[in-house]
Amino acid sequence: MLKLRVIPCLDVKNGRVVKGVNFVELRDAGDPVEQAALYDAAGADELTFLDITASHENRDTILDVVSRTAERIFLPLTVGGGVRTTDDMRRLLLAGADKCAMNSAAVSRPELINEAARKFGSQCVVVGVDARQSSTGKWEVYTHGGRTPTGRDVIDWCQEVAERGAGEILLTSMDRDGTRSGFDLSLLKAATQAVRLPIVASGGVGELKHFVEGAEAGATGLLAASVFHFGQFTVSQVKSALAEAGLPVRPTPSPFQAKSRT
Amino acid sequence: MTKSLSIAVIDYEGGNLASAARAAARAAELSGIPAHVTITNRPDAVRAADRIILPGQGAFADCARGLSATPGLKDALLDATRAGTPFLGICVGMQLMAERGLEHGTTEGLGWISGEIAPMEAPGLRMPQMGWNELNFTRPHPLTEGLGTAPHGYFVHSYALRNTRPETLLATTDYGGPVPAMVCNGNVAGTQFHVEKSQTVGLRILANFLAWTPETPCHVHA
Repeated sequence: MLKLRVIPCLDVKNGRVVKGVNFVELRDAGDPVEQAALYDAAGADELTFLDITASHENRDTILDVVSRTAERIFLPLTVGGGVRTTDDMRRLLLAGADKCAMNSAAVSRPELINEAARKFGSQCVVVGVDARQSSTGKWEVYTHGGRTPTGRDVIDWCQEVAERGAGEILLTSMDRDGTRSGFDLSLLKAATQAVRLPIVASGGVGELKHFVEGAEAGATGLLAASVFHFGQFTVSQVKSALAEAGLPVRPTPSPFQAKSRT
Repeated sequence: MTKSLSIAVIDYEGGNLASAARAAARAAELSGIPAHVTITNRPDAVRAADRIILPGQGAFADCARGLSATPGLKDALLDATRAGTPFLGICVGMQLMAERGLEHGTTEGLGWISGEIAPMEAPGLRMPQMGWNELNFTRPHPLTEGLGTAPHGYFVHSYALRNTRPETLLATTDYGGPVPAMVCNGNVAGTQFHVEKSQTVGLRILANFLAWTPETPCHVHA
């Protein structure tokens, strides 16, 4: 049986982790690679880096971070933020990313999704959808970190990105993001019913039960940032909570054992 | 002194080559096998390699075309595997081992394992299958030794092998029914899941592959 994916997300700016606690295990809490290695050992099912580097000159810092991460951990890695062209994607994939999340660029030029899927395969094309509720049962797509309304309906847009060849949707509730009041469950239900693609829920987690609720609403990936970074929960606590609710999770794999040679 | 094992990761614009190469190098390092990994599309390098890895992402037809695009590459692959070089296909790299693929029209595969690559049905389930799923082993094999309890692989696919001979299978996974997860015929093997992204489970399979001495050569179909 396919397992739910628990996905820690790291915000990275100029090659450094933005929010991050000084876990005692880490030599450098600001180094995304060190944080990634910790989550890898803790049983995370995937990792996501969100690059929020603003200045153009420092855009390539993420490539170095991705490349150093991919050398060290063998876990699927999604990178989002600033993905505007298939060339941007190519650079990230060559550095070692497995999936690229595009957001504003896909809204302003939806053909980018088709081009990316054709060039690299749907499996590495994630479309990030930032949603804000506009009325009961209706949500509007926002871009540029939730600042710019687009007039697009979220459910229509999810269906369109699926048709254009996306492999996954990263659905963030901008209403819930940072509130710790739980995922927007009606949004998740509406989106997971409208498309067959896997949907990763994001925005609003503050308690263990929120992960359970997100999964029950239909999300197959559960993304969270601050609850992990600030040490509120460990990945394994999240998995235990999911398992107790009868939901499928992957056990933390055992460390590599060198075979005794005969 | 032990001879360094030469591992060729085939470069045919078909996938995440760097990840497969890094994982193979790491598996060698962890298991103390002296090895060097080359990402290559040179037929002579493929013929000379001790181990061949064929990654693959995207559509079957595109990957099959990519493999034929470099003059002599496919022939080198056929010669080397016929001569007994152990081969591992990953994801679409595994799918290419089948007789044919039905993605974007019918395309001929390498024909090393029986069956065809067809869309998964999995009613009521998300498509593509994306994430970790448990491996159910159908028989013991050197490639699947030492994986611990309840090993999982990381899958991303919406097409799968069907109508293969049962003896080809090493493992299946459950996605709306049994789905081939790992196959082997003589010296050629493949995983539908991404060994290079399956943490210690993947590294162990790669380490097993590097240490593997196949007992029987591949029975290449006509």
